[in-house]
Amino acid sequence: MKDKIFKGLLFAAALAILLLTAGVIYVLVKQSLNVFHEYGVFGFIFNAEWDPRPETEEYGAWSFIIGTLFTAFFALLLCIPFSLPVALFNGEYFKGYKISSFVSSVVDLLAGIPSIVYGLWGFYTLRPIVIQLGVNAQGFGIFLASIVLAVMIIPYASSLSAEFLSMIPDTVKEGAYSLGATRAETIRHVSLPMASSGIVAAYILALGRALGETMAVTMLIGNTTNVPTSLRDTGNTMASVIANQFGEADGLKLSALIGIGLLLFLITAVINLIAKFIMKKLSVR
Amino acid sequence: MENITENKLNNQNENSTNEPILQLRNVSVSYAPGKKAVNNVSADIYPNTITAIMGPSGCGKSTLLRAINRMHDLYPKIETTGDIYLKGQNIMEMNPMEVRRLAGMVFQTPNPFPTMSIYDNVLAGYRLNCIKLTREEKDEIVQRSLMAVALWDEVKDVMNRRGSFLSGGQQQRLCIARTLALKPEVLLMDEPTSALDPVSTNKIEELLLDLKKNFTILIVTHNMSQAARISDNSMFMYLGDLVEYAPTRQMFTKPQHKKTEEYLTGIFG
Repeated sequence: MKDKIFKGLLFAAALAILLLTAGVIYVLVKQSLNVFHEYGVFGFIFNAEWDPRPETEEYGAWSFIIGTLFTAFFALLLCIPFSLPVALFNGEYFKGYKISSFVSSVVDLLAGIPSIVYGLWGFYTLRPIVIQLGVNAQGFGIFLASIVLAVMIIPYASSLSAEFLSMIPDTVKEGAYSLGATRAETIRHVSLPMASSGIVAAYILALGRALGETMAVTMLIGNTTNVPTSLRDTGNTMASVIANQFGEADGLKLSALIGIGLLLFLITAVINLIAKFIMKKLSVR
Repeated sequence: MENITENKLNNQNENSTNEPILQLRNVSVSYAPGKKAVNNVSADIYPNTITAIMGPSGCGKSTLLRAINRMHDLYPKIETTGDIYLKGQNIMEMNPMEVRRLAGMVFQTPNPFPTMSIYDNVLAGYRLNCIKLTREEKDEIVQRSLMAVALWDEVKDVMNRRGSFLSGGQQQRLCIARTLALKPEVLLMDEPTSALDPVSTNKIEELLLDLKKNFTILIVTHNMSQAARISDNSMFMYLGDLVEYAPTRQMFTKPQHKKTEEYLTGIFG
């Protein structure tokens, strides 16, 4: 009897999560129907105009989609030279040592720093440096936002990569050493190829984080509605434009912002599904 | 056990009248300070012989074997002392990578590289050491090595499949081929058949008898009858000491030490 109640509770909890997700999707779809109706799905996605003035009102998501992909991929690129060495440090070279658990907890700590704190750090510490580097006059923009994003996603990329690296059996690595390979050669020809799909999945998950990150990016990206074409440009990501403009939005504009939210949700969902799929394939093998 | 280090082997094998290929001198290995897993072992190994290293679990037989290709260097906590001469050269003073190419190792569980094809697995030693080969050289090495382990006919049409696609026994023969490809002086085998079925075990044993013509083999084994079947000489180790080292036939018929006799007759083990 107790077992039945427990099972029922579990079932209810699982169902509640499903309903909640469905509810979120329902609201996103319902509230954004207006804008998709107005411009059509592709008309909304591929339109780079964002003009909220009542007489020339026009909304398109393209600048923000580009802004999002631009910052996220550039952040991913920036984070690789830091997260991959950290993963090798923790998952390979110092696997099982105290120093490795220390380093990995410090890296995990990076994940626990609130987004707003990253924003402040970017604003007061990094921005003057970016100005000094002569990237642009104000410091704000894709470049600054991407650097901060890169730091924010390092823990996601590195700890999962380290896990996949540490799962490689010692016997296989010893096989390589016994053939006269050095550590670097073993990593290059045995460990990295074996962990590669896991590492790719880790970076895809990190990309998912970067796509949806809001607060720090909103503070640093410059919040303009143009399509960014270089690292020097200011812009907006899908998340940052929503954060920035939802307060004074109503009518078609609100519907457009929610439409952007729906698109962002779909993009991150697809990214996460791809990562899950790769990891699942990996664990089967 | 006073005369443990006195292991001047009175060898009856006709191949081994020449100079020893491998000389162990006071080899000790400790996993932690003061805790010796191998204690002051000295022995001479003669070319083109199979030497079986026997003893109960934890006696240090694998540890001794792994000292010979400097495998312990990978683990900073393990300390190896003493001298090991391979063809007169002290391997303790050589580059460990070089030593490992000269003393190839085959492990307990077959460990082909799962991301490499069968073809690339055989060539792994060259790939890992970044040695460039022409297509003809590669083909030649792969064919020669796979023929040496009697795997060529079984895999020549599936060269591009992953190494892990093969059966356990085939994988182990692939691992032996991968070691042979580098033309080592000595083959070190750490219980190479313990994970295999009897048929595969039989094949590997036949293979070892065949490989003896060109290589010197040291094999750690749990299996006394295996030692009796294939080895020329046998070592019996107990608690890190080399208790007895003698021609296999002599050891199995007239063991010199009580411990050896007890082990061989199954009183402990």
